[in-house]
Amino acid sequence: MAKKLMKGSEAIGEAAVQAGCKLFFGYPITPQNEIPEYMSHRLPQVGGTFVQAESEVAASNMIYGAAGSGERVFTSSSSPGISLMQEAISYIAGAELPVVLVNIMRAGPGLGGILPSQADYFQATKGGGHGDYRLLVLAPWSVQEAADLVQDAFDLADYYRNPVMVLGDGLIGQMMEPCEFKEGRVPCKPLPPKTWAATGCKGDRPTNIINSLYLDAKELEDHNQKLVAKYEAMKKDEVRFAEFNTGEKADLLIVAYGTVARVCVTAIEDLKAEGIAVSMVRPITLFPYPYEKVKEEAQKAKAVLVVELSTGQMIEDVRLAVEGRRPVHFYGRQGGMLISPEEIVAKAKSILAEAPAPPLKRETKREARNG
Amino acid sequence: MQNDVIMAGFGGQGVLLIGKMLAYAGMHQGKEVSWLPSYGPEMRGGTANCTVVISDRPVGSPVIQCPRAVVAMNLPSMEKFEPDIKPGGLLLVNSSLINKEPSRKDITILKVPANDIANEIGNPKGANMVILGAYLGATKAVELAEMEKLVEETFAHKPKVVEANIKALRLGYELGEGAKMKKGAA
Repeated sequence: MAKKLMKGSEAIGEAAVQAGCKLFFGYPITPQNEIPEYMSHRLPQVGGTFVQAESEVAASNMIYGAAGSGERVFTSSSSPGISLMQEAISYIAGAELPVVLVNIMRAGPGLGGILPSQADYFQATKGGGHGDYRLLVLAPWSVQEAADLVQDAFDLADYYRNPVMVLGDGLIGQMMEPCEFKEGRVPCKPLPPKTWAATGCKGDRPTNIINSLYLDAKELEDHNQKLVAKYEAMKKDEVRFAEFNTGEKADLLIVAYGTVARVCVTAIEDLKAEGIAVSMVRPITLFPYPYEKVKEEAQKAKAVLVVELSTGQMIEDVRLAVEGRRPVHFYGRQGGMLISPEEIVAKAKSILAEAPAPPLKRETKREARNG
Repeated sequence: MQNDVIMAGFGGQGVLLIGKMLAYAGMHQGKEVSWLPSYGPEMRGGTANCTVVISDRPVGSPVIQCPRAVVAMNLPSMEKFEPDIKPGGLLLVNSSLINKEPSRKDITILKVPANDIANEIGNPKGANMVILGAYLGATKAVELAEMEKLVEETFAHKPKVVEANIKALRLGYELGEGAKMKKGAA
């Protein structure tokens, strides 16, 4: 397929169809209404089914049920709608079912506003529902990447039998950019047959039961440990990030994800023109988080700046990664206000004006001792 | 090399459409492009705007606080975006509907009687095409031929519309090309 100018929401919908998703259950909410709209006319063309449920609670339980059949299934919503889905998402994670969730974040809390935000980072990465579970979370920064990650999300969900969330902001949903769907895409993970699916067996195999209830404590603990093993495997194999200007020593390391990282790239180029070297790590998976990469690049810089459309959420993971070795600063806007390159340039300069040079020599020794 | 522009006007004046056409034509010409609409709550008859970036390199920020150019199809749009234009930038004013003088002295101001021209050539809905042509003439953000090809494709099922819109584009383009640009203009 040739490059087409597509809205992020349409690209996400088409990506799901390209990935073989035949079922969509959802409920409208701005700023992602173009996703269900697209699915509503596109799915019937490929023999699929689109259902506008009576609420997000219903939609999320419909994807729970549909995923149990082994079909590829998908829903999308925006922040308050995703909150309503948390109970079912916890059940889906507990029952180990593959579903793809898209959250096009808007500003909160509560109904908040309809403009772009990144304030659902905690909810997405730390388990928004109850119980010990994790979503695999992917954060695109462009329309093309959104399309690519949605397709990968279906493979990852199937492979790990775990819900995968694609976390974008209002800009990703609304923006138009060139987007291409390549012919003959190869799945990013091996896809074993879904022998666990409840497909109706008519007595010719043992019954498959899909459930998240374990009343025996030991049995549940074993199940918890099985889930942990899965999350550990994700941490080992699925960490994704992009880097910019890394390699050399830098005055400052910026850590940002999603569309905010693009604004940072423009700021970094402006700073470079003024002789200030700034590197960037852009996490693409938010869970698992690229702790090692952030740590490595932070040590090449004098200080770290985290930029988010929130009051500071991902910064906690950056602090975990940096382990106190460098000062970690924050710049964020909220409420749907966007960040301009000029603001980041000003913040970077003010940090560098106050930052004393880190005691590199002593620290190198200490790090060596710590192995 | 990057061209970026905010196109703004009343809902219905076709500013989102010409923004999309600009992005499409840029893409067809092998450029990196982005198109970002404003999607805040608006009442009927309210303002609409979009930001288009056309660049030789991957587009960094699709949000442009200080654009190199602004196309203002009505007065509220001019009042909202004139102060944000980069020094040395370009303001295209739809002088058919905007009687007020812009106040900036450090930018190029190009007055385009877009509705009048569109009416004169019997294409009253083509005011947006006139001002799009003027923008192309002044900035050469994409080639006129590329845009004409796009008009032919977009309105392929309506040959009369193609002809009328290409005429509007060309008249605008001539106006834009003749504009005296200030140094460093978009």
